[in-house]
Amino acid sequence: MSERAPVTETEKEATNAGDAADAAASGANRSPEERAEGRPVATGADSVVRALENAGIEYLFGVQGGAIMPVYDALYDSDQLTHFTMAHEQGASHAADAYGIVAGEPGVCMATSGPGATNLVTGIADANMDSDPMIALTGQVPSDFVGNDAFQETDTTGVTDPVTKTNFFADDPDEVGTDVGQALALANTGRPGPTLVDLPKDITNADTDVEPGEPETPDTFHAPEEADDEAVAEAVRAIEAAEKPAILAGGGIIKGDATEELREFAASYEIPVVTTMPGLGSFPEDHELSMEMAGMHGTGYANMAITHCDVLIGIGTRFDDRLTGGIDTFAPDAEVVHVDIDPAEISKNIHADYPLIGDAGRVIEQLDAEMEFAPDADEWREQCQTWKSEYPMDYSTPDDEPLKPEFVVEALDEATSDDAIVTTGVGQHQMWACQYWTFREPRTWVSSHGLGTMGYGLPAAIGARVAADDDQEVVCFEGDGSFLMTIQELSVAVREDMDITVAVLNNEYVGMVRQWQDAFFDGRHAASEYSWCPEFDKLAEAFGARGFAVDDYDEVADAVEAAVEYDGPSVIDFHIDPRANVYPMVPSGGANGQFALSEAQLEDL
Amino acid sequence: MTGGLQGPGPKDRPRPDGRRNSQGIRVDPDAEAEPDTRRAVLSALVKHEPGVLAEVSGLFSRRQFNIESLTVGPTEDDDRARITLVIEEPEPGIEQAKKQLRKLLPVVSVRELPQDANQRELALIKVGATRPDEVHAIAEMYDAKGVDAGRDTITVEITGSTQKIDAAVEAFDQFGIHEIVRTGTAALSRGAEYTATTPDGAPADD
Repeated sequence: MSERAPVTETEKEATNAGDAADAAASGANRSPEERAEGRPVATGADSVVRALENAGIEYLFGVQGGAIMPVYDALYDSDQLTHFTMAHEQGASHAADAYGIVAGEPGVCMATSGPGATNLVTGIADANMDSDPMIALTGQVPSDFVGNDAFQETDTTGVTDPVTKTNFFADDPDEVGTDVGQALALANTGRPGPTLVDLPKDITNADTDVEPGEPETPDTFHAPEEADDEAVAEAVRAIEAAEKPAILAGGGIIKGDATEELREFAASYEIPVVTTMPGLGSFPEDHELSMEMAGMHGTGYANMAITHCDVLIGIGTRFDDRLTGGIDTFAPDAEVVHVDIDPAEISKNIHADYPLIGDAGRVIEQLDAEMEFAPDADEWREQCQTWKSEYPMDYSTPDDEPLKPEFVVEALDEATSDDAIVTTGVGQHQMWACQYWTFREPRTWVSSHGLGTMGYGLPAAIGARVAADDDQEVVCFEGDGSFLMTIQELSVAVREDMDITVAVLNNEYVGMVRQWQDAFFDGRHAASEYSWCPEFDKLAEAFGARGFAVDDYDEVADAVEAAVEYDGPSVIDFHIDPRANVYPMVPSGGANGQFALSEAQLEDL
Repeated sequence: MTGGLQGPGPKDRPRPDGRRNSQGIRVDPDAEAEPDTRRAVLSALVKHEPGVLAEVSGLFSRRQFNIESLTVGPTEDDDRARITLVIEEPEPGIEQAKKQLRKLLPVVSVRELPQDANQRELALIKVGATRPDEVHAIAEMYDAKGVDAGRDTITVEITGSTQKIDAAVEAFDQFGIHEIVRTGTAALSRGAEYTATTPDGAPADD
């Protein structure tokens, strides 16, 4: 595919992530002036590396190649930056994305021009949909060649314009470090998102002694902090008067580090909390007020609560269609209080009766300060508890049927600590992970929500592993179809000796497609059914990871224990019931309150 | 297929009375009306640098905003260009267009101009030259100016509102229109009021 240079010594030295972390920690604490004194900038590429160092960056995920070589060469001298060479650029962008989710600091991915850059695009688009802080650095052909269809040339800023928060084409070696600094600052200020700097080879090779300084956002960028006081007061009067209030906690709560504020607010005024999928972990799911996740595969009780509430406080959510179902039937009796840092999300999909523009944590504090009394909602809370008992997520495990996926998810949850990180691919396995893992802590759920990128789980687990504390387990759920899309990244996990447990919920189908075909296409399994699937345990062993295969309930506990205990990457191939479906389910555009609990109900809708 | 959960089925559950329209606004279920579209003139002051026009037009096509016209040109400040956009959208669409524009980094400020703002469009109309006197007469009626006259064609220049130009084009049609070029609407607010201001109300160029 692309022409790529061999791995540099920097990466060979960084064989152990733990050692590298220690080495990096010393460098990250230096001031820009100290760095400049120790190793002054001499080229555009040095300036790029200096900008990363000044932003406190420690880890990079990427793949080498012709046009990005000057930047890699400059990395060689940095003792603060550790680079992980990924098997494919898509893996690099997902790893950087996941790093950003877990660390709360921008993840950095790098690739060369042309195919290197286009391979990053899926991961950039994924980060854009989920508002994850990330920066991509791409090599570009020398400026004189740009526009001539040169070897490995792609209009990278053009291609990525619709899927980045902003991007830069570096055209001046004296400015390139500042461009990278701005891109880094923008990625994590206000609503987070991916940014990109395209780096022509002549710019990174050129001489310059300009030090980029600390990262700063450009002067035309403004991130709102506090909501308007009058608007807060109006919203609070509506909340106080509510008889059936509900909070809809979105991913913005986690990105804004507002989980504590949310927990206190919900508990003080006893308001039930429904989460979106990116909002998993924003509110402990074992809390009495938790209704868990709403939407297409949300719990029955969450969807009942969101359908019947009279005031809905949406915080850090963009009211995605997988959450709302049909707009006409979404929270149709509710006045909507919408808290978001991005004004463009207000009334984009669902009209906000009380728009509050600002930082999630700060606005919750403002609401709390204004509240004079809690809404009178005893009856409503009782109703919510009734729904919880009416629509249990219980499943059966008959001996004469194959292993149930729900059981596997619960077994892994049981075997790991409360702050273990879960990553997933996309499909049925992802939904079972949402439903049957009990999320308690923020930044422990790492998934591809908005873009729905199959193959996200394994590279995300690598990025999450780098960002996680050493005592935090990282569990990756994958489907057989999803896993095969990025399985090559297992080579990175093995090479870097990363402690990751991959659980493949293997049903030998592209299962979610198969489920939809059964429900909406008369069971015609076009291109969703495999006649052959690899043995993932043996494949894992071939990569140098530990492999396990599980068919029966009585094998689950031992395999899970051995895999979690193993200090390195392991893969468990769970041969689950190929006919298992995900319920509840709200069909696309359907009414949340009319969720189906079985295939028969789905067909009746 | 296996799976399936317990609980009352969809038909056995209570249903709320309310409804929302396609804009996500709660409406009376018995008297639902889709919101009307209206024409809005947006003026955006932007950094004068390559790629801005592509970014703006990409945004509008990507988000399916209905554009009537888009013009761009330099301003009194060498570092700034002004983009005038005319869109036809329901109210929420107009608000969304303004907010999305403001999110673009090179965009300094965005404002919707009042209906009474000065709005002008320029057109060059090339017609057949067989009846030059009549062409001249029509041109006078519309305050148009001849800019080129040859044996076969006459080209006139006309400035005015979109409606005026539409009417002129119709009037010139009788001579056989060879070619037309139109600029789209350029607009500036009336009086001392600034067309584009920063969020704190100051003139955008400060």
